[in-house]
Amino acid sequence: MNIGKFAELLLLLIVLTDFAVLGSSRLSACIRAIAIQGVLLGVLSLVIDDPRSVHAMVLAAGTVAIKGIILPLFLRWAMRESAVRREVEPAIGYMASLCLGALAVGASFALADRLPVITRIELLVPIAFATLIVGLLVLVTRSKAITQVVGYLILENGVYLFGLTQLSRVPFLVEIGVLLDVFVAVFVMGIVVFHINREFDSISAANLVELRES
Amino acid sequence: MLLLAILLIPAAAAGLAYPVPKRGLRLALLVLTSVVHLALVGVLWRTPDATALGGWLVADPLGLIVLTLVSVLFLAASVYAIGLLREESPRGGRLFVSCLLGFLSATSLVSLSHHFALLWVGMESTTLAVAPLIFHRHDRRSLEAVWKYLVLSSVGIAFALLAVFLLATAQPVIPGVRALVLDDIVANGQSLEKSWLRAAYVFALAGFGTKMGLAPLHTWKPDTYGEAPSLVGALMSGALTSCAFLGLARFTEVAVAAGLTDFTRPLLIAFGLISLVIAAAFIIGQADVKRLLAYSSVEHMGLLVLGLGVGGVGVYGAVLHVLNNGIAKGMLFLVVGNLVLATGSSAAADMRGMLKLRPWSAALLFVGLFAVTGSPPFGLFVSEFSIVSGAIRQDHWWVAAAMLALLAIIFVGIGGMFVKIIFGPGTTTTVDDEKATGDSALLLIGPLGLAALVVMLGLYIPTPLQESLARAARLLGGVSP
Repeated sequence: MNIGKFAELLLLLIVLTDFAVLGSSRLSACIRAIAIQGVLLGVLSLVIDDPRSVHAMVLAAGTVAIKGIILPLFLRWAMRESAVRREVEPAIGYMASLCLGALAVGASFALADRLPVITRIELLVPIAFATLIVGLLVLVTRSKAITQVVGYLILENGVYLFGLTQLSRVPFLVEIGVLLDVFVAVFVMGIVVFHINREFDSISAANLVELRES
Repeated sequence: MLLLAILLIPAAAAGLAYPVPKRGLRLALLVLTSVVHLALVGVLWRTPDATALGGWLVADPLGLIVLTLVSVLFLAASVYAIGLLREESPRGGRLFVSCLLGFLSATSLVSLSHHFALLWVGMESTTLAVAPLIFHRHDRRSLEAVWKYLVLSSVGIAFALLAVFLLATAQPVIPGVRALVLDDIVANGQSLEKSWLRAAYVFALAGFGTKMGLAPLHTWKPDTYGEAPSLVGALMSGALTSCAFLGLARFTEVAVAAGLTDFTRPLLIAFGLISLVIAAAFIIGQADVKRLLAYSSVEHMGLLVLGLGVGGVGVYGAVLHVLNNGIAKGMLFLVVGNLVLATGSSAAADMRGMLKLRPWSAALLFVGLFAVTGSPPFGLFVSEFSIVSGAIRQDHWWVAAAMLALLAIIFVGIGGMFVKIIFGPGTTTTVDDEKATGDSALLLIGPLGLAALVVMLGLYIPTPLQESLARAARLLGGVSP
């Protein structure tokens, strides 16, 4: 199997993890899917650029460590602390979210078709857009704070996927900065989730309705 | 060296302040750092276009204006912090002071970055530094506010990152031209691929627009400003939104260099007008002072993008308005903070006849009313006037007319509330009768200084600032008057 085919296989697996999050009510399944997605992203960054460059290797290791291992473990901890196992009542049902996800993939391919070609891996740009939309979808339609963090991570992964097309041009230090910022962002969110749980006895962001125009 | 010091000194102080055992020492460190920071920024004005890190950091006119605003506001806020943390200081203010200093470092990074990805890193860091500050009181309402803020700005900042990558995509590979470095992009503006650049600009507008709080992406703003300590509100509405505007302005510089203004300007005008309409709608009948100030911030962010959108002198007005709005908002939030400390509430109904109870703060609120609504002799009058005349000279008659009508409505809304607070029949009781004697001096120095500055900017603009404003306006596709 040549490198291009391998990259496309990885991208297809990434779309599958997107759908796994969209179609699952169990938080632990969502977190597992996001962990797998993180590892896939790390491997993908090795495949896309020259795999022997130190740049790509450190970035891949950092991505796997942060997005594939540390953040999922942290989210799992937050989930255990809050004793929440399931997403209760999503604004849109699971079947409907899966259909919307499929629609997002279709729209992304149509959109990518109209933009100039920038990479030899054809699937990269449409799947980046699709992942971004799926992340937004999860963020908007789910009510548990942890699931919203998962949505944010997927959104961020979509942006990261698109960033891979520019891997050789964005300086290494900056990429590490981006990675660290995402790490801290999720960390801060996790701490807020922890406080929400303590304060409201549930991490449902749907409880957060005190502030509004009267 | 100088530029790096401006970034690293506050960052080091942030790390140092956390383990310091005594509150007094920590606050001394805070004020000392902000004085040093302002002094270094002053030196920067004498060494124009200083660069560092091989052109990744440049103190260009636009960035320097924002940096100066940040530094001045921060000094006022840090003096205020001494007074504030004496009044209410849960958990000794450890994290509070460290996060404030971290915020100063991150905003300085945004102001000085000429590398788009570095700018993004700074922008994201400001979000993270501010989150614990909003959550200062650790209660349900502030928790809700910080969650909304984190989720919305994280999405905004993710869009901004996508905009950075899209910009890199739009930039063709030319030997000797560095990717994502502002000066290199602008110098080769015509070679940019237009369709990717348009996509980049749209995402930059959505991303930085969320951070600025442009309507309809402003929904976090009233909640966050309503619940955050007033000092944090002052820094967010004065410094943070200005930094977000700077991010958008950097993308605008690129769009101008690529000759894409026909695409960007209608977008900016639309966002500006929507923001003014939303602000006017929610300012009328608003019951909470801090939420009112939040909608006023939405209004002024709208004015900034309107100025960029109409072009010509309007752009000059927008750059000047960054400075004026930042100072006026900072001052108003600090003053309102004094009133909240006195009455224990930010609901306008709980504040009546404050002139008797807190004469200094009430007088400053009166000054702030005219400053923030753009009346002469305050600086905001000059900048808003420039924006309106920019609109007229560029034949956007209806934009100018709509803007003036909405500003008049907003004036009535803010004036109605403030006049009742200042002169209304005195039914207010203070939280604590011992404190009924008046404001503490530490809580007044900051807002007094800012008030003096905003008056000065209305009457006289120093020559170096005038030159910088003109240069910044030209880079953004405008002219100076």
